[in-house]
Amino acid sequence: MSRLLACCLLFFAANAWAIDPSEKLPDPEQQAMFESIANEVRCLVCQNQTIADSTAPLAADLRREIKRMVVEGQSEAEIKDFLVERYGDFVLYKPRFRSWNLLLWVAPAIFLIIGAVAMINIVRRRTQLPIDEDAP
Amino acid sequence: MQNMRLKFLLPIAAFVALVVVFYNGLYEDPTRVPSPFIGKQAPAFELPSLQNPAEMVTEETFAGQVSLFNVWASWCPGCAQEHALLTAVAAQHGVPVYGLNWKDERSAALKWLQRMGNPYKAVAYDRENIVGIDWGVYGAPETFLIDSKGVIQYKLIGPMTPDIWQQEFLPRIATAREELANGGEG
Repeated sequence: MSRLLACCLLFFAANAWAIDPSEKLPDPEQQAMFESIANEVRCLVCQNQTIADSTAPLAADLRREIKRMVVEGQSEAEIKDFLVERYGDFVLYKPRFRSWNLLLWVAPAIFLIIGAVAMINIVRRRTQLPIDEDAP
Repeated sequence: MQNMRLKFLLPIAAFVALVVVFYNGLYEDPTRVPSPFIGKQAPAFELPSLQNPAEMVTEETFAGQVSLFNVWASWCPGCAQEHALLTAVAAQHGVPVYGLNWKDERSAALKWLQRMGNPYKAVAYDRENIVGIDWGVYGAPETFLIDSKGVIQYKLIGPMTPDIWQQEFLPRIATAREELANGGEG
């Protein structure tokens, strides 16, 4: 019974954050910006974690660099450019629009168009049927 | 009739193509992230030498020759694994190897070199991972192949093996040396 309870309690466990709350930036706006960037950057050592989640030493180094740039007043785009320049597009969880992933970006639109064309064709054909019957 | 057939076959063809793409994806190693630096100028840096903190190691240190830049640390098992091979091939093919001692303690790194042997012409000491980040390093060992113009030709993530050396490094080193011999005068 107590084991079951312990298992259930696990579901309520808080997220384990790798960011040390005692190292918060004094400016809450800067802290928010830092956290938002850290939550969008992939930790390349333990992929599928963000550098905000990861306790890997490399993630800590990258958090330090991002913090430094935030304090220096760099924009979010500049900081992401810095990371992509060094670690490639894979480092961002939200991929950027590039020639090699163009298909990935436009595929939903293409499928939407195919679906729409198919639907229009089917609807048109069905609405035409009774009219044909009525024709002399 | 022809049209009906196409309508039937096209989705199947698309499905098969997708299966092929996904099947190939199964065998790709996601931990090997392609470096955005291939074919680009190596990032500039300046770090104290591991052995002599007063001396600086910079990207100028390996200018004008085809060289290897090897990221290592005393805590890294893959580095110990590749060390003998790296030492041997560098001596055999006359390729100078430079080291980036990464996220390490100076005393531990020096002891490691003493124990394992030192194939490096110079070792830059990057305890804080400043240059490591600039070079897009995310683990050790990593080995960059840099041509005489300071352009990164190849990056190996993980330990060197005889196969990788034969297949990836030797042909590129030969090409880079040919270019150096042809364009060296100009």
